[in-house]
Amino acid sequence: MQKNQENIPLVTADGTPLKISLARAQRRSKIIAFLMVFPLLLFITIAFIGPIADMLMLSVENSIVKKILPKSAEALQKWDEYSGQLPDEEVFAAIVEEIKQAKASKQHTKIGSRFNYESSGFSSLFRKTGRKVKKIKSPPFKDGLIKADKRWGEIYTWQVIKQNSSNYTDGYYLAALDFKREFSSGNIKSLESKDSIYLKLFFRTILLSTLITFLTFVIGFPLSYMLSTVSTRISNILIIFVLLPFWTSLLVRTTSWIALLQQEGVINDFLLLVGFINEDGRLAMIHNATGTVVAMTHILLPFMVLPLFSVMKTIPKSYVRAAISLGAHPWKAFWKIYFPNTGPGIGAGSILVFILAIGYYITPALVGGSSGTFISNRIAYHISSSLNWGLGSAIGVILLGIVLLFFVLYHRIVGINNMKLG
Amino acid sequence: MILHDYDYEIYASLREEAQDKLKITYVADRYGNYIPDIENITSAQEEWLLKKVEEARKIKVNVSSLPPYLSIPERIWHYTFWIICGAVLFFLIFPLLVIIPLSFNEVPFFTFTKKMLAFDPDGYSLQWYNDFFTSLNWQGAVRNSVFIAFFATIISTFLGTLASLGLSRPHMPYRTLIMSLLISPMIVPLIISAAGMFFFYSRIGLQGTHLGVILAHAALGTPFVVITVTATLTGFDNNLIRASQSLGAPPTTTFFKVIVPLITPGVISGALFAFVTSFDEVVVVLFVGSYKQRTIPWQMFSGIREQISPTILSAATLLILITIGMLTTLELLRRRTERLRGVTPS
Amino acid sequence: MNYFMRTIISITAFVVVGMVSQAMATELVVVSWGGAYTASQQNAYHQPYMDRTPGVKIVNDDSAGSAVAKLRAMKQAGNTTWDLVDAVASDAMMLCDEGLVDEIDHNSALANGADGSSATEDFGDFIVSPCFIPQIVYSTTFGYRKDKVSRPMKSVCDVFDLKSFPGKRSLEKKPINNMEWALICDGVSPSKVYDVLGTDAGVRQALAKLDTIKSSVVWWTAGAQTPQLLADGEVVVGSTYNGRLFALIEEQKQPVAMLWDWQVFDLDGWVVPSEGKNKAEVMKYLRFATDTQRLADQAKFISYGPTRASSAPMVGKHAKLGIAMAPHMPTDPNNAKTTLLFNYEFWADNRDDLDAKFNAWLLK
Repeated sequence: MQKNQENIPLVTADGTPLKISLARAQRRSKIIAFLMVFPLLLFITIAFIGPIADMLMLSVENSIVKKILPKSAEALQKWDEYSGQLPDEEVFAAIVEEIKQAKASKQHTKIGSRFNYESSGFSSLFRKTGRKVKKIKSPPFKDGLIKADKRWGEIYTWQVIKQNSSNYTDGYYLAALDFKREFSSGNIKSLESKDSIYLKLFFRTILLSTLITFLTFVIGFPLSYMLSTVSTRISNILIIFVLLPFWTSLLVRTTSWIALLQQEGVINDFLLLVGFINEDGRLAMIHNATGTVVAMTHILLPFMVLPLFSVMKTIPKSYVRAAISLGAHPWKAFWKIYFPNTGPGIGAGSILVFILAIGYYITPALVGGSSGTFISNRIAYHISSSLNWGLGSAIGVILLGIVLLFFVLYHRIVGINNMKLG
Repeated sequence: MILHDYDYEIYASLREEAQDKLKITYVADRYGNYIPDIENITSAQEEWLLKKVEEARKIKVNVSSLPPYLSIPERIWHYTFWIICGAVLFFLIFPLLVIIPLSFNEVPFFTFTKKMLAFDPDGYSLQWYNDFFTSLNWQGAVRNSVFIAFFATIISTFLGTLASLGLSRPHMPYRTLIMSLLISPMIVPLIISAAGMFFFYSRIGLQGTHLGVILAHAALGTPFVVITVTATLTGFDNNLIRASQSLGAPPTTTFFKVIVPLITPGVISGALFAFVTSFDEVVVVLFVGSYKQRTIPWQMFSGIREQISPTILSAATLLILITIGMLTTLELLRRRTERLRGVTPS
Repeated sequence: MNYFMRTIISITAFVVVGMVSQAMATELVVVSWGGAYTASQQNAYHQPYMDRTPGVKIVNDDSAGSAVAKLRAMKQAGNTTWDLVDAVASDAMMLCDEGLVDEIDHNSALANGADGSSATEDFGDFIVSPCFIPQIVYSTTFGYRKDKVSRPMKSVCDVFDLKSFPGKRSLEKKPINNMEWALICDGVSPSKVYDVLGTDAGVRQALAKLDTIKSSVVWWTAGAQTPQLLADGEVVVGSTYNGRLFALIEEQKQPVAMLWDWQVFDLDGWVVPSEGKNKAEVMKYLRFATDTQRLADQAKFISYGPTRASSAPMVGKHAKLGIAMAPHMPTDPNNAKTTLLFNYEFWADNRDDLDAKFNAWLLK
């Protein structure tokens, strides 16, 4: 009996075997689905992923040296930087010629700045040499160059140039993690604690973001619970209270916190009036970490409330009532029955708040003072002011890595497909 | 007070008494609920009904207060809970309310002067509102904000809805991976997106152009559309599609007449999120745009840092008032639709 | 659908009309620093020029703070939207070295001085770079709340004296100027400040001195912040650009006084982006805006010193308040008893390095 059934293949109405027909239909379905997603995928790749990839490239790119000093870089490869001897005349000849060309095309200060990021003094070295290089017309170029600036006679100068002349560099990442390469020995050393900025900033950013996430959770949970249990009419009115700050500009909310938290601001004046503090004891709630935490908790609260609310709405109230009717204390019913069901909402809200908090830059800049700034402020500084785009990108890539790590964790625990925004 | 058909629960509870004692006829409304025949009712019957309904409504309110079996600690907890929630709502709203009086400040600073606290009329002035409406910078900012947000929303809504429809299909390959990629603009910290876009768009010549800012904002807004529309589609009953197809509708008709009306709330919700994201976005605009693309947030940022101009407070107050107006209108419209349909808010 | 289409059309029309009306005139985008400074340029240069030249519109962009980054990006993008940039001397030198701004032949491009001198003679040493057209001499200095101190502040070292002058201070969130003041108040001779600062020990000394007031410092990043903080009473003394303090004291009538001791001079001037789109018009504008009368006119609105020698005797009264401007100038002998000149070479070299050390110190 079984044998017979195995030997008879199933066919569809037009005679093709069912398996093939099914596979064909599924493939068509897959293609149509993919075609619908494709436009957005393409758009995001160009408009968004492309920029991020570009930043990745910038964080390791060092082609400027090979572009401006190609012959010198090549000649330097033959020189042993630990031999205690200066490079030979060939290198000096190459670099003099290339600095002359760079000066003509106005690139010499750029290369000076690039080396300056690794060791200070190079900016002025290249600028000065650029001014004087046209006087060096004939060999020996070595003496001529050293006469233009005596730093060319130091081995250290050449060590720095040689060790930074390949097309890719790890210097930016080293700096972003508070390491420093000692050019005289080629070793990587970590910076002393008084000079290390970035690890501290990373740590502070993550710590404060975790605190903010926790605070939004503690404050937002009761509110979401109330919103999900009252009648729809009242909850619709109260949701306006949550949506209104959400739709008000971030800058406006930050400004109002400045007005509220200042030493001479509304809150301090009120506390003075009520008698909690006296004139000398005005609380310093701004230009420090407190200001950042308070302002950002307020700004990010809607992002915790909305996902929690959308999840809580779907939990049937009968569960808790059933637990109570079976004899559980209301508190126990809450913790054992209700709370675990809100898990996806807590997860979505927390990850959203945390990731937004880590990346914030405007609010910490305006209210954070010096103890409440985030790593993103440093990135912005390097892009707009110090113009060390390589370092800014390196810090950005590390920050992105941290965020992706947390996001993968979130996906493992909660799952992307369960994200809702109310 | 008039008799509403949405009080059908109360009518149902009164039915026996009304039909027996006063001989009020009950008819079925279009939803199948039995309600009194309000058209053909005598004034005495109407008066009785009104009185009963009024009492029932009051009891309803009483019913929603504390059940009598709660112990004292539980009652205390109940009221404490409401106080906590009230405090949280206050925390949310108060900073916004503070701005409104500050926008009438007479001096160009962000503090309450002594004159203002004493409610001295000299301390108040409309100069910042005047500044806002006459300043070329602000006019350009409003124009740019609306223009950029509008087109960015259109792009992100269209592409996002299309992608969500594709993602919800049963045989979508690499669904999780693609979903992560599409949500990535929401996940990646804003400063990184802004910095990356600054470098990349400069390379391809889009830095300092309206198109560049629109594309950037569209990219930032799509995750919201994708999330809300896919969430709506998870509750979508595929049998409806099969039913419409079995009734002979071609795919386009199915799409426009069956799918679109049902996902419209999700799409609109996502579009609103995308619009607000673009309208309120400041970091990307500062990096990718230039003076010609200045938006309202750009002007505000400059007003805090370079100028100390409380004009931003007057702009903010106007925006808050517009938002309140819009949200209230939406709520009133929603209630009106419900009343017309005869559905009680549950 | 119909309603939807109508909305789209009306919004597009609203926007297009606005854009078209702007496109009729030649529009010059002038980038400057905002606040009282841009207002003075508007009153002294832009408005008179627009009155004389119908068909030209000048708009102000306040992003001079990130001028170098933006110009670099614009050059890369091939889309330079700025026509004229107001830059401090150090930024101008950097931009000139990188070819992002044009070299100017001062004698032919700019007007002669009213006293007959050529432009190069009139501006003199202030032309620190071939691309730079000097505009004003300004200084970074302190202002303090008269009503919150026991006696008037006379020396910059009073800023470091928490006992006699308790309260918060506001300093710029950069090592520039702060390190110099710290060393001077720690006993280093002013002429040797930059030599000392060039050594590791000197940097440590400066940071140690700043440590003594660190917990009372509010750090500012934009020129408008210190005036706001002083007006609010958040700080007792704060550093900023002297013109902002003038606006605060004389125009806003706040109870603040100037502390000129060891003010640091710097120059501010015009540079022309080399890939700008309206260079011919910009040069015409510059010829007008940098002549003797115009530079003297700017002094009527803000207390920055004109860089032309021929303008100095023409500095008169404030346009609105009617007070004499000369005593408020940083170059006035009464105010300029002790001054430092910004050392471009030193900071061009050491800025990145000292900045890293300064920020590490801030984080502690």
